[in-house]
Parts: sequence; C-alpha cells; structure tokens
Amino acid sequence: MTKLARALSLSASVAALALAAGAAQAETVRWARVADALTLDPHSQNEGPTLALLRHVYGTLVSRAVDGSLTPDLATSWEIHPEDPTIWVLHLREGVTFHDGSAFTAEDVVFSYERVLHESSGFRAIHADVVGAEAVDEYTVHVQMSGPSPLYPNNLTNFFIVDKTWAEANDVVAPQNYAAGEENFAVRNTNGTGPYQLVSRDPEVRTVLSVFDGYYGDAPQVTEVIYQPIAEAATRIAALLSGEVDFVQDVPVQDIARLEQTDGIAITTGPENRNIFFAYNATSPTLRSTNVADNPFSHPEIREAMALALDRDAIRQVVMRGQSQPSAAPLPPFVNGWTEEMNAYGAPDYERAAELVRSVYPDGFSVQLDCPNDRYLNDEAICQATVGMLGRIGINVSLNSQTRSLHFPLIENLETDFYLLGWGVPTFDSAYVFNFLVHTREGSYGAYNGGQYSNPEVDAMIEEIATMTDLDERNATIARIWDRVMEDRVFLNVHNQLLAYAVREGINIDVHPENSPTLWTVTID
Amino acid sequence: MIAFIIRRLLQSVIVMIAVAAVSFTLFRFVGDPINSMVGQETSIADRQALRDSLGLNDPIVLQFGRFLGNALQGEFGISYRLQMPVTELILQRLPATVELALVSGLLAFVLGLSLGVYTALRRRGVLSNIIMTASLIGVSLPTFLIGVLLIWVFAVELRWLPSNGRGEVVALGDCWSTGLLTHSGRLALILPAITLGLYQMTLIMRLVRAEMLEVLRADYIKFARARGLSARAVNFGHALKNTLVPVITITGLQLGSIIAFAIITETVFNWPGVGALFINSVRFVDVPVMAAYLMMIALIFVVINLIVDLLYYAVDPRLRVDRAGKAH
Repeated sequence: MTKLARALSLSASVAALALAAGAAQAETVRWARVADALTLDPHSQNEGPTLALLRHVYGTLVSRAVDGSLTPDLATSWEIHPEDPTIWVLHLREGVTFHDGSAFTAEDVVFSYERVLHESSGFRAIHADVVGAEAVDEYTVHVQMSGPSPLYPNNLTNFFIVDKTWAEANDVVAPQNYAAGEENFAVRNTNGTGPYQLVSRDPEVRTVLSVFDGYYGDAPQVTEVIYQPIAEAATRIAALLSGEVDFVQDVPVQDIARLEQTDGIAITTGPENRNIFFAYNATSPTLRSTNVADNPFSHPEIREAMALALDRDAIRQVVMRGQSQPSAAPLPPFVNGWTEEMNAYGAPDYERAAELVRSVYPDGFSVQLDCPNDRYLNDEAICQATVGMLGRIGINVSLNSQTRSLHFPLIENLETDFYLLGWGVPTFDSAYVFNFLVHTREGSYGAYNGGQYSNPEVDAMIEEIATMTDLDERNATIARIWDRVMEDRVFLNVHNQLLAYAVREGINIDVHPENSPTLWTVTID
Repeated sequence: MIAFIIRRLLQSVIVMIAVAAVSFTLFRFVGDPINSMVGQETSIADRQALRDSLGLNDPIVLQFGRFLGNALQGEFGISYRLQMPVTELILQRLPATVELALVSGLLAFVLGLSLGVYTALRRRGVLSNIIMTASLIGVSLPTFLIGVLLIWVFAVELRWLPSNGRGEVVALGDCWSTGLLTHSGRLALILPAITLGLYQMTLIMRLVRAEMLEVLRADYIKFARARGLSARAVNFGHALKNTLVPVITITGLQLGSIIAFAIITETVFNWPGVGALFINSVRFVDVPVMAAYLMMIALIFVVINLIVDLLYYAVDPRLRVDRAGKAH
C-alpha cells in the first residue's frame, strides 16, 4: 500500500467514525399524527394530541408507564398524611431545572395548582376534590382534599408543572380565556422541565423539539422531534411509505395488513384505554323514536335479546379487520375493577334472541340508533353492522349517524334513546366509569349517563367508594356495583379499541394505552 | 360612471351581508363547539357557563349583530380550536393558498392555451385526438383521486417529489412567506399545482379550441389568408388574439374559485393553506374561523366581479349608455 493510499484510507475511516459518532448523537424522529396539539398552554385543553405533545415539554408529578402503572416523576414519592387522611403529601425531586435554567421547587407546584384550578382551566374537573396546595418546605407539598381521596395520584399524570416566575413575568397566570378576545403568551411559548424544549412551532404545520441538556432523567436517544399533523389518512401513510416521516401514530385499520408486508416498515399494536359500547334509555316510560307505546328497553327480555344478537367476533373480523378486543365488560382490561368474568361473552344466539323479542312484541319494534361517524375507529361501520344484527331478531333500527359535534350534545341533552359511546378511563379505576356513566345525573355526577340509569343503591355505593381508604373494602364495593350494573345490562359493550403505530424499521416504540407515545423512551437500532 | 361604481359598491355590501347571514344560519347546524373545547370530565354546569360566556345561548339575531359589529372593525375574535386571533391565523395561511392558486392558475392558462391552439389547428391529428380524450379524464376524475394517484406515483413509487407539506419557506417581510425561493418549496408545489389546475386547464383548453375553430371560419381570417399572410401571422396574430377576450374573463373568474375550492387539494397534500384551515375548523365547529373564512371568500368573489364589471364598462361602449336603475 502506498503512503498516499494509506493516508486516504486512514482519513476515510476517521470520517466514517466521525459519521457514526454523529449518527449516535443526533437522531431525529419525524412524527405524524392526524391532528395537531390545540395549544401549548399546559392547563387549557384536556385533549389527546395536546397532552401527548405537551408531555414532551412539560413534566408531571407522576407518570403513567406503558403497562398502566404509576411511576415517580417530578414527585419521587407520595403518601397520605399519617394524621389527616384528607391530605396528600408529595415529596419532590431535587435538582430539577426548567428549560430557562430556573430551579424547580414546591412554589412551582403550588402555583401550578392555582393555575389548574382557575376558572378558565380545562382540567378543573380532574382536580375537583382539591381544596388547595401548600408548600411545607422547598421540596414538600401538602395537597388538601375536600375528603379522603385514596386514588388521587392517578389524577396527576396529566398535570403539567409550570414555572411560577416565568408565568408571572409573561402574564400567563391563568389559562386562555376565549371570551377575553386576546391571545395568551403560553399558547405558543413554553418553559417546562420535560426532556425536550420547543425550538419552533407553526400551528398545524410543524412543531420542532430538541433535547433539553439539563433533563434530570436518562438522556434520550432521540435528540430531535419534528411533529407534523397530517389530517388525510392516505397522505399520512404515503408520507411514511415515501420516507418523509418516521412514525405514524394514527394508522387506519384497513392499511395495517399492507404496511406489515412492506419492507422497511414495522407495525406495533397494543390495547387502547378506550372501550366502545352501546347504551340505551331503559328508565323513561316512553321513547322518542319507537313505534310501540311503552319503552322497549325497559323490558329485561329485550336487553337480553340484544346482548344475544350482538356478534362481537364478526365485528372484530369484518369491521375492525382483527384490530379490536371483543369484550362484554364496559371497561378496558387494565382498569381496577375489571374481571375475566365480566369480560366473557358467548356466541350469538339469534333464535333465542328473536324468541325473547317476540315474547314482548309479537311484531317486533323499531327504534333509532344515534352514532358518531368521525370519533372512534370505524364507529359508523360498527353501528351499521349492529343494525343488521338487530334486524334479524325483529328490532327494526334506523341509523342516525353524524359528526361528533352533533352526536355528543344528544347525550348531554338526553335527546337519544339508543347510542354509541366510547369511554377511556384516565384514572385507571372503575370509579371514573361509575361517576360519569352510572350514577344518576345530578351535580357533577352522570354527565354521560345518557341512558338515564338511576339506582339509589348503586348511587350510594358510588359516593361511598370516593372516600374509602381501605382498598380491599373499596374493591369489594366496586365488584358489587359492577355485579349490579352487569345484571341490569346498563351497557351493551362491543370491544376495546386497539392502537396501531407504524414506524420506519429500527425505531422501537411502545404503544401507550392512553395513545400518548413518549419519544424520549424510544430506542433506535 | 361614478353613479355606476357607487351602485355596484352598494350591491357588493348587500351581497357581503347576505353571505354573512346565510353562513351564520348554517352554523346552527354544524353542531356544538363546547364539546370539542372541554375535556370529557367537565361538568354540565361548567359547559353551560362557557356557552354563556361565549354568547352561544343568545338569540341568533343578537349573535349575528355582534359578529357584524366586530367584523366591521376587522375583529373576528379568538379561534376556539387554536386559541389564536382569527385574523392572524388566516393571514398566516393565506400566502400558501394564494401561491398555490397563482401557480396552478398560470399552469392551467399556459398549458390550456397552447394545447387548445394546437388541437384547433391540427383538428384531425392523432395527437390532438389523444389530447382531447385525455382532457375528458381530467374533467371527469375527482380532484381527490387525481391527488392520491399523483402522490402514489411520484412520491411513493418514484420518490421524486414530496407527498405533503410546503417544503421550506422563506419569510418576505412580516406578512408573507414564500416557498418559491427554496428548492424543496418548489418541488412541493408541483403535485398540488397540477392537481388543482388540471380541471381549469382542460376547461381553458376546450374553450380556446372552440373559440379558435369559430374564429378560423370568420371572413377576416379568410381575407387575411387571401392577402397572402403567413400561417403563423394568421393563426397567432389574428385568430388567437380574437379568441383571448372570453378566455381572459374566464381565467380571471376561475382564479376566485381556485382559491375558494383549493380545500380538497390542500387536504390531500396537507398543504397549510386557508382551505385546510377551514376544513379543520368545520370538524371542530370553530365558528370564528369559519365565519371569517366565508367572509373572506365572499370578499374575493365580490372584488373580482366588481373589477370584471368595471373592465366591461371600460371596454364595451354600449354599457356606458346609462340605463337608470339597471346595471349589468
């Protein structure tokens, strides 16, 4: 080998080394999703894509791991005050700094509590039981609750901590108030403790985040995140296939099989914290949309017949292309209170179901089903399939499927007899389902109880579990409530949704049950 | 002349108010914005309070009056969805749409004109027949499908052009951003411009062809030929010139509809323009943005029509004979 060749090969290998080192240090992931975060204000919009993006910039006291368990974050530990069960003691992590370099202390947590409880906050309801927070010392906070709240830490996973001095200096002490007519500084500017800091943001076009060197956790392998909302499903998938994005979060179920066979693309699926079910009004003496004089759903035979007629496996295969977990239990499997027994469902029995319908209404009956068509995975198709199944047993269902902004007011205003709803359980506890869907509608209870189920016994038990501190006793009560709810057939559950993430091969990402992927935990081969 | 202009201006104002009134009545059927604005935990009482504070419970006439009053001051409020001032949002998105519309309009005009002339001159040529048949496809295929097909061929299979977005943009002053000055910006413009302009192109091509065939039969063309002028001078100097008046009118009017109906193209190519903004706002029931967008589109149409009317007035002497109370 000549001297020149040696020198050349040496410099080439040095260059290769430098390149390899550079590649290990700088990894960019281009992340596409159907919608953009609505705002960067951490306490304004309690909405999926907004929370998912903000999680990368703002830290929370407690985090939710991929398996659903709670893990320490800005709080290293938490416990109920030994002398007063209505106080939660939070011990904060020391040595954490915000992106602007200021230190994270108990004052910031207290301030964040004031902000999240403000009238214009979108998270007020999650912290409804909080009376106030108080800094005991620099790294300890006491949260005063209105009564014993043993499961309150579950509500902290979407509570982002802001810097008090930054918020005061920029006049963002309160979240955006729409009626005020002026824009809040926090909508487009951030200062959090999260693993990434904001580099630039063009709403609905592109948001760029780069790794924060002062992050207290392990240094992320992904050093730059480029977040691009792409609303159209075909375009989103095309961008992945053409190599313009690395990670697509919302993959349409009909594309999964094709993507799995495409070279260089990997698909990860996992259960989402959301189940899809039908509910109906079994309480009112008459219905708006039926052709019979009384309320058909008030007959237990009819409710049983509908359960017998729903072919969940067919919906899974035909409508969802295998991307669902059929279940009779109206809650996701990782939620406290779920049992194998509730989950079990039998094969459909149309003969028996038709007989049951005939025993009450010899000529059958008709009713309207209200369904959203742009909210859940294949929601309209699920309703259409169900209409066919119920038609076989003498229930003539007319389908009213419409956009979400028209569908949900029907439930809120009690203007529907029979409807489809999807429900996620962010606290991972049955009480959340009971409070919103089972308890009689009064005060803050029963907002989505569109079927108007009302059972004083059940209501009393629901109110009881809110303040129970003995967890075994509490779980026993939860089981008793579920027994009653399942026996009364309050819900006709279809399935739990599955999530599918599509990535460029070599990117390892876990499906998060709340559909809130964490790019700082992503590894790259 | 001044009376004519004043009359036209007054008519334009009435059209704008009518558009505002119609769109405002339609918003009642789009649904309830509150549901998208708050989390599922929000109590019914809190939802009502927000509805009250936004004035959504007021009678529709009162809401309309308030909207008109604010709109007159150029004030369209805060977007329910993106929490930014609506005027700023629209101005930020407008350059993308205008650039796309102008490029595809230009493309449609240049290609449509040359193909139209070619097919008129070579009426029985093989290529002319192929072009005419292909133009039928251009007219009959929906924009959405054309866009997806182009993406599939040029972005996914060949990987020559980007499938979505606007590429890199350069800010020109405070209120304009352009993708025309960067390589990635120009590449990103190609597919959406073709998609958006294809229909207009076939329209112009067929119009030019029909007009040319008409003019080529006229006596003055025969006379020009008889004078021994070259085919080039006859075809382009005389025939084409006389076909251009209706073609320019149509192209001008079509520019308005290209801007207004870029919605589908922008959605398919994830093009960050006002059309995509409008579609996302409809999904969210973002009333302030929807109202402002519709007003803007109405304004564009009204202005273009006004200009066209004034041009006619200038060009056509017959209109200058003042017919009281009846303007064309």
